[in-house]
Formats: sequence, structure tokens, C-alpha cells
Amino acid sequence: MTHKFGKFGGRFVPETLIPALEELEAGFKKYSKDSAFQEELNWLLRDYAGRPTPLYFARRLTERVGGAKIYLKREDLVHGGAHKLNNTLGQALLAKYMRKTRVIAETGAGQHGVATAMACAALGLKCEVYMGTEDVERQKLNVFRMRLLGASVIPVDTGSRTLKDAINEALRDWITNVETTYYLIGSVVGPHPYPTIVREFQRIIGKEAKQQILAKEGKLPDVIVACVGGGSNAMGIFYDFLDDDVRLVGVEAGGLGLETEKHGASLTAGEDGVLHGMLSKFLQDEHGQIRTTHSIAAGLDYPGVGPELSHLMEAGRVEVDVATDEEAIDAFQLLCECEGIVPALESAHAVHKAVKLARSMSNNEVIVVNLSGRGDKDVFVVADFMNVKL
Amino acid sequence: MDRITKRFKELKERGEGGLISFITAGDPSADATIKIADALVSGGVDFLELGLPFSDPMADGPTIQKGTERSLKAGMTPDIYFEVAKEIKGVPKICLTYYNIVLRRGFERFIKDCKRAGIDGLIVADLPIDEAAPLLERCRAENFHLIFLAAPTTSDERLRWILRESSAFLYLVSLLGVTGERERLSAYVSPLLRRIKALEQELEKAMSVAVGFGISKPEHVRSVIDAGADAAIVGSAFVRLIEDNVHDEEKMLRTVEEFARALKDAACGGVRRVT
Repeated sequence: MTHKFGKFGGRFVPETLIPALEELEAGFKKYSKDSAFQEELNWLLRDYAGRPTPLYFARRLTERVGGAKIYLKREDLVHGGAHKLNNTLGQALLAKYMRKTRVIAETGAGQHGVATAMACAALGLKCEVYMGTEDVERQKLNVFRMRLLGASVIPVDTGSRTLKDAINEALRDWITNVETTYYLIGSVVGPHPYPTIVREFQRIIGKEAKQQILAKEGKLPDVIVACVGGGSNAMGIFYDFLDDDVRLVGVEAGGLGLETEKHGASLTAGEDGVLHGMLSKFLQDEHGQIRTTHSIAAGLDYPGVGPELSHLMEAGRVEVDVATDEEAIDAFQLLCECEGIVPALESAHAVHKAVKLARSMSNNEVIVVNLSGRGDKDVFVVADFMNVKL
Repeated sequence: MDRITKRFKELKERGEGGLISFITAGDPSADATIKIADALVSGGVDFLELGLPFSDPMADGPTIQKGTERSLKAGMTPDIYFEVAKEIKGVPKICLTYYNIVLRRGFERFIKDCKRAGIDGLIVADLPIDEAAPLLERCRAENFHLIFLAAPTTSDERLRWILRESSAFLYLVSLLGVTGERERLSAYVSPLLRRIKALEQELEKAMSVAVGFGISKPEHVRSVIDAGADAAIVGSAFVRLIEDNVHDEEKMLRTVEEFARALKDAACGGVRRVT
């Protein structure tokens, strides 16, 4: 397995963790080719997670926008409400095959935490989730969901008290309990081999989408759009199209605008740096201190991004744009009204960009949007943004 | 000969165990750091590891994390850090930080700034040997020590690699975990030191070894020296004294000096390393 994507990636972690990363890599290599493992994972993905997810032609949205045909890859229909479960089922199963009895994870908005709790419950593993106290407060509902699913939620009261600090704390836990514990990272981030492992478990999105679009349109799409926080849903849908003549567009959190520094656009505005075990693009100050970020979509509120995306952007293979909080809210409402689909605010960033692109394209062209999650979790935030009291 | 190597040589000649103290520069202020360092020197520490704070100190426990936050909140930057380091005299100095800080400043500039401030070596907590080649090359070109860490989980194969690339000394992580005070000394220390001794012989390379993480009491210091280490590294225990006395500088300096003296006495009482 490759440690690096161009110059990005690597494993910048304290020495104590290196053997655990080597063990993980060996375990992944072994079981990803193991037929019993594959069979069990495919069964879980089909009968538990609800795969394959549909590729839906958003005909009323297409009509409203006028231009390219817009298809939605319905990851919002995965059990739990987001693509996150694809990865947590894969990794939790890997943990079980590697005979680890305890799983730890980090979570920001709580989506990955919930998906990890679900996978662990389904596989009978002990689950502990680190979450910044700021997020615990903002995402009470998900905290309770995790507890209902049998996981312990451990509040993290250091640094900015958000996702990046939860990752730090999970890494500290792992350093301490490395022999018994599996660290289940939620995105294509972290030290090697995590970015590769998470991408491999999320690739199913692109694999399915490719077959589905060929069946429906008889050709590949012209453009694929996905939102980018850490980048797992983007890498998941992009990967099987990397060698095809398809434009791949990532959409980052523009927050209150790039000029305000209150955003999460690490590919667009970040610089090379090292955090959480990887060399990638990070939002940081002139001295290398990591900045705090902002997005209305909690899942995009992270100062870094997966190393493979940094590489694909620099290599010119993936284009990157941003959508602001306001643009995401507009797209959120548009999709609710036109299609009766409530998208996650993260995914609404991608919808915004798709709409913008579709307008400039002709009606025989095709856009696929990765609708990575559903937005039930976001209705309070949206109401608040619209000054509606619930 | 640089100051770190020279001090280890002197310690060996005197049959003394060494004491390395760690504090974060700028905790609680840049001025206080200079006074705290003086107190440490008066207390008899042999080396000073001066932490250059990073916003996300992944390898550190709560005590040093809080020290880091206090320092950054008080406005510590690399520029101020090097000014502070320059003012600290009478002890070999080592910079301890995280990779992004070094990367951001640029290797060449970072090393030059260290040297100008009288710092002889650099420890990067999240830079394992696998990723160290670019920085190591720069350090060697500048005749500057890059100091590596080894842990209880490190295989013999990796230990050989680390020993081959090491200079100044090897930083041995005593336990599985992050920095912070512990009641008892980790049981990993003695076997790990024995493994290192054997590999040093195999490689025909004698390397000074300092043991850190969880070393917080005089008896811990004594034990690691007895087990064959050349020096003990104490960090969180000092940072906690700073935190506990953050509003009483006089008491802070006094307790830091007294504690340093107690630790150094323990280090000197130790029997020299078994070979």
C-alpha cells in the first residue's frame, strides 16, 4: 500500500503508534482479500445498511434549474442517514477480525459517532466516542442517540473543544491502549493507512454510481460533485472515476466567506502542514498554529482535509470550489421544495455547486451529486438561520 | 564538541545520573520562563528541554496541554521563543515541539534560529524516523542534533534504525501513553534499556539514553538511573508546580528549584549504568 499521495499523506505520529499502524495495515491487507470477511461485509452493507442506494434522477430540480440533468446518489438513504456507515461497518468488522475488543472514535457533529455506535452494536463491540464539549452542547440529540446505541460519549474539554480536539484525544487514548483498542477514524484523514482504508470502504458509492449511470444514461456523467470536509464522501464517489473523462468537483465550506477566516476551506485557502498524522492542506496561522474553523454544516467544520484530495487537487484532477453558509441553506430549501428531499447541510453545499454548474451546461449533459446525508439532524440549525422559533 | 554531548560526557566521568527538565516556554509568560529556567539551573538540572507550544499537542497529557494553552494565550510565538531561549544560560538547551511548527518556519531557518539561541538539539514529538529524512538531512548539514524517541512498542528492527540515525541521545518513552505524572514507574523501562544495550553492542555504537514520560518523583529518577539510563526526563511535574503557583511567582520559583534539587540528588545517588 502506498504511504503517500504525491507528497501528501505519510504517518506523522509518536513512535508508540507506529507498530499499531503497521498491524492495522497488515490486518487490512489480509482481510480485504479474505472471502469470509468480504461476505460478511457485503451482507451487512446489503441487509443492514440498505445498499445499493438509488441513483435518483432529480427531474423537478433539473427542470427548475434548466440545463444539465441532475442525478442524486442517495447516500442519505443509508441506515443512520449518511454515507458514514459504509466506513464504520468496514472498520468495525476489521476490528473484530483483528480481535480488538474495544473501539474508539472521534466525532464532530456526531454522525460518525452514531454510525460507529451502530456498527459496534451490530457487531457486539465496546464503543467509546470522543466529542468536544462545544459539540456535545450543540449536538445533544446525537449524543443521546449514541448512548441509546450503547456507546459511551467522552467529552473533550481541551483546545477549541471541537472535532480536531476530539481527534487529538482519541489519538492519546490509542497511544495509551494501543494493544487492545481499535481506533476507528471517520474520514479519509489521519496517518497512513487510514486515508486508504476509509477510501476503500467508501469506494462502493462510486462503484454503484458508475453502474447505475451507465444503465440509466448509457454513458458516464460529465461532472460529479461532492462536498468536502475531511473528504470521505468525495473520495468515495470520485475514486472509481479517476481514470475516466469526468470532471470531479469538491465543494468546501465557505462559511461566512473566505475573506472572513470563518470557513472550513482547507483545500482552497489552506497551506501544507502536518496534523493528525498526515501531511496535507491545513488552515493555519503564519506560525503553524492550527486555526479554528466555521461552517453551518458541522461535518465540514474541520481545519484539514484528506491527503489524497490535496494531491488530486494539486495534480489538477479534482476541482475545488466553496459554498457559503447562505448558499448551502438556499440549496437545502431548494431541494426540499423541488424534490421532497431534506439534504444534510454538508450535502447542500454540493447541491449548490451542482445547480450553478447545471445552469451553464446543456440538457444532454449529466451531473451526479453525492447526496451524502439526510438533513433531519440540521432542521434546528436551519430554523435558527431563518429566524424561525421551533 | 556540542554542549549536550559534552554534558553527557562529564556526567559519565563523574559517575552521575543526569536530569533533564522540561517546561513550556511562555508558561505562564515569557519573562517567567527565564526565571523558571534559572531556578531549574540553580536546582542542578543538567539539560533544559524548552517546549515550543503547538495548538494540538497530540503526545501530551492534560498537564502539559494546559501549560501549552497558557503559553499560547499569553502570546507565545516562535520569534519570542527564540528570544527567550537566548536569555537562558548555564545549561545545554534542547527544543521540543511538533512538526508543523518546524515545517512552517522552514527547516533551514528553524535550525539557524535554534543555533543562534544557543539550542543544540531538537525533539519533534510527532516525527517518527520513517518521516524524518528531509529534516535529518538538513540538521546534519548544519551540525545540529535531531533527537529521536523510542517506545515500548518499538521493534528491535526499528530500534536498530533509530539508533543508527540518532545523535546526542536517545529519548526513551517509558510507557504506553502520553506525558503526565504517574504513581509508579513503568515496568517497561528495564527490559527496554536491556534491549537497547544489546543493540548498541551489536551496532558498536554507544548512545546516551534518557528516559521520559511519567517520571515524576525522585524515586522514579533513581530507578531509571539504576536501570542503566544516563538521564531522566521530568516535565509534567514541573509544569504542575508552575500551574499550582501561577499567582505566586516567588513560591513557584522556590518550589521548582527545590524539586529540581531533590530530583538531581536522586539522580546522583544512583549507581552507574550496568553494562
